[in-house]
This record gives sequence, structure tokens and C-alpha cells, in this order.
Amino acid sequence: MIQLKDLATEKVTVISGPYGAGKTNVAVNLAMDIAKSGQICRIADLDIVNPYFRSADNAKMLDAMGVQTMIPEFANTNVDIPALPPNYHMLFNGEGKSVADVGGDGDGAAVLGLSHDDYIEAGYKMYFVYNRYRYITAEPEGALEVLEEIKRASGLEFHGIINNSNLGAETTKEHILNSIPYAQKLAEIANLPLLFTTAPDWLAVENTIPITDITKKLF
Amino acid sequence: MGEKLLMKGNEAIAEAAIRAGCKLFFGYPITPQTELAEYMAKQMPKRGGLSLQAESEIAAINMVLGAASTGARVITSSSSPGISLKCEGISYIIGSDLPCVIVNVQRGGPGLGGIQPAQSDYNQATKALGHGDGHAIVLAPNSVQEIATLVGEAFDLADIYRMPCMILADGALGQMMEPVDFEAKPAREIPAKDWACCGHGGKRVHNIVNSLYIEPDQLEKIVLERFERYKKLEENEVKYEEYLTEDADIVLVAYGITARIAKTAVRNARKKGIKAGLFRPITLYPFPKKELNALADKANCFLSVEMNMGQMVNDIKLAINCKKDVYHYGRTGGMIPSPEEILAKIEEVSGGNA
Repeated sequence: MIQLKDLATEKVTVISGPYGAGKTNVAVNLAMDIAKSGQICRIADLDIVNPYFRSADNAKMLDAMGVQTMIPEFANTNVDIPALPPNYHMLFNGEGKSVADVGGDGDGAAVLGLSHDDYIEAGYKMYFVYNRYRYITAEPEGALEVLEEIKRASGLEFHGIINNSNLGAETTKEHILNSIPYAQKLAEIANLPLLFTTAPDWLAVENTIPITDITKKLF
Repeated sequence: MGEKLLMKGNEAIAEAAIRAGCKLFFGYPITPQTELAEYMAKQMPKRGGLSLQAESEIAAINMVLGAASTGARVITSSSSPGISLKCEGISYIIGSDLPCVIVNVQRGGPGLGGIQPAQSDYNQATKALGHGDGHAIVLAPNSVQEIATLVGEAFDLADIYRMPCMILADGALGQMMEPVDFEAKPAREIPAKDWACCGHGGKRVHNIVNSLYIEPDQLEKIVLERFERYKKLEENEVKYEEYLTEDADIVLVAYGITARIAKTAVRNARKKGIKAGLFRPITLYPFPKKELNALADKANCFLSVEMNMGQMVNDIKLAINCKKDVYHYGRTGGMIPSPEEILAKIEEVSGGNA
């Protein structure tokens, strides 16, 4: 069965999709999987839109696992400005593999359009994270709208769909299984392959990629 | 829908408002509530409504005043510094006896402060949302699911009591994502809006919406009438939740997101043999005075837990007539207390003999 790290066939792996689909969770799990396989890996938090709940929250844990983090200088501080990480160029010319966690709509993806040529030159694959249980983008048609928006803003192509359907702590095995036809429908109308379905690691659903929840817990 | 879906708190406020029949949103973007305005901008035109980004918070609240005068359901939202700007307009809305819903997704203050979660606008919300003798109803949801029901309730309460109702949230609640089900909220009877300026068609005397009364005796009369309504509100609309308070020696008092952190601390305290409980006011105005006072006859002490420097402490002391000690544990400036910190405070104030 395919593993997360198999996504990283090119220099840069871009993880994108609607807000709240679970991009950061997928991106962080992917980076950890690459690092575990012995490759040099870095993750860039390119979410310049949303100052809450992002890759930057996990910097310490990622450092400990051997994943280099590239985080906007003011992330998680009170400076409310959209800024890219100072070592942004490492994404394209650093050693090993890079994972980019990109904020999920046309505005968030504008950051990709900015460096469009760098992605083409370095070589990239971009994947769309889908969550059947996310309001507004729950239906394949709604998700497709966001997918097209990100394509337009970035000028880049998607290479596959990741079905990351979950309902947070309330996710059940049925939620995962029931989501698959919808993810298949999205793949069909987007004319992209459905690469795999994920599930929270504690659910241990067969034939899925287990994902560890790295979201900051308040209580 | 029946099926649960994941939503951010900010999105749930917007969706619940639209579902409550609100067709008008006037606002101005500010972190951490911007998703609410974004959601309105995307959804309102598709659903027969209007979402307008005004040139400032002051303009937005005065648009709310105008729209509310016609009897329409209307909402505005902002975060702390933006709410301060709206206060003049809110006072005019209170003085004009108009219903509307105002959302404050609080961030650290004072001044521009920060963009991380805080509850440091408690005093502003409950005591002085603008000048003059007057109040706004203040509701403090603690989850995305509760937002889904309380926003509809906010519109109903505003209409029934003809006054603004504030949803007092915070950055954490606005930004966090949780499963939500917009189940039907029990319908309340809404009185006819015979005061609204929506065209008399030559069939009745025209209505006037106004907050200017030059004759002091007339203004006093109107304020007194308004306070009669506040009395009814205090009698009938207090909402709260109790958790393990029945035999509690120490009662934590917390609202909003902090109440969920405090709940974990209470559970952990129980594991250590400390009889802790949690009292969660859902209406911050009207404050659940009677219910807290009843608890003061049983408990040894109270611990207020907030993301501020202790703004609710005096309300608790007044509610219980200072019968028992009231302690405070808080973080401020955008810092969020952890269950461990709260537990340490519980252990400190119960001194091993709670």
C-alpha cells in the first residue's frame, strides 16, 4: 500500500485545499514520514492568511523529529502581517525534500503564484486535501470550486486528491468509509486520481493512511 | 441537514445568523473574527441577503441602527478594538429600543493589544457598551455547537426585549473547528414589530425611532420603562450550566472557552480527591445571581477563571453577598490558561482541606 512519503517524488510537495480540510495535519504527517525514512526534509508554513492553528504550532516537535521548519518570522506572535519565512528560498534549493503547507483558497494560494517559476524549475507535485465533513466544501462540487480557485491563483497544476475526511474527535469508521464515494466523485469531476483515504491513527481503519492529530489542544 | 459537519466558530455564528432569518450584515474586518465577515460576503448574496463592508466600525454600527429601525433582523461583528469604536452606536441603539445582534470575538487589549484570544472585554460588555443608563444582553457560548443555538436565541431575545444582544466569544472559539449540527431551535413567540419604520401606507400614524429626549422628565420615564423590561429579562432569561457543584467545596466560575479548560481542571481535581465543581454563566447579563448565591450556602469558596485580570470577581462577590471568599486565576494579553495551571490554583486555595 502507498505510504505518505511516496507523495514526495519531486523536490517540493505542495499540500493545499479548503480551510479546515486538515492540510496542516497532512503536511506535518507527511514531513515526519519523509524524515523517518532518512531523507532530509523541511516544512514551510506558507499560510499567510490565518494566524491561528498552523504548522508553526508544531515547530518544537518537528525539530525533535529532524524536520526543519520554515516559519514566517511573526507567526504566532501578535504581529498581524502576512509575511513569508525568511529562508523561503530553501524550499526550492535546500538539500532533500520540501513540504509546503499552503492556506486554502485563492487568497491563500496567491503565495504560490508569486513563486510560480521556482516551483516549475525545482519540480513539484501539488495535492488537494478533501474533507467530506467540512461545511460548504463538503459536496464534491463545492470542493471543486476551491480547487479551481487555487489553480487560477497559483498557476500550478494539481496531481491528485487526498481524502482526509474527518469530524475531529467525533470521527467514526463509518464517517471514513461513507466519505469515499464523495472523494471518488471529486476525483472524477476534477479529472484527478484519488490517491488514498486517511483516518485518525486511533481509529485504525483498514486500507487507510493513519494520520496523527497534531492540532494544539486547549483542554 | 441532520448530519454533523465541521465548522469554525466564526463561520458557525454567520451560518446560525442566516438560519435565524437575518438577511443583513454590516461589518469591518478585524482579526480574529474576519472569517465571519468573509462567510457573510460569500453566503448572503446567494441566500437573498446583503453583506456590506462599511468604511469603518462606526459606519457599520450606524447601518445596523438604520436597518434595525425597519424591524429587520441585522447583525454586525468585530473584535475588541472595533467594539470600542461601535460603542457610541450601541448606546444609540439601546436608547432607541432597537433589537440587533453584535458579535465580539475578543482579542487581547487594551489598545490595539494583540490578536490572540482574551476575555478582557467582560466589563465593557456587561457594564458599559456605550454611555447612559442601559444594557445589552450578553451571551457567552463555550463551543461551536452552542454557538449554533445561541445565535438564534440572541435574535429572539433581542426582538422580545427590544434591545441589542451581544455574542461574547473569543479568538479561540472563533478560530477552532468542531462538529456542529444546526438542529431546530425551539421557536419562540416574537411580538409584532409595530414600532418599526417600514412604511405606514397612509393607514396609521408614522413611527419615529429616536434616542433624543430634551425634556428630562420624559427621558427619565423612558429609562424607567426600559429598566422594567430589564427586570423581566433578569427574572426569565438567565442561563447557566452546573457541573459537579452538588457536593463541591470549591466552585470554579468560568464562561466561554475558559469554562471548558476549567472543566478539565475540575475533573483532574476530583481525581486528586478535591471536591471541585464548575458553574458556567451562559448569560453574562443578566448574571445568574440567585443560582450562585444558592451555591454559596454549600461551597467553601469560589474561584473565578478568566482570560483577564479578574473582571468577573466583583459580580460573583455581589451575587453571593460576599458570604464566601472569591479567588481569581487568569491569564491575559492573549495567553490561554492550561488545565494544569488552574488545578495548581485549585490546590493552592483549597489548602489541602477543601
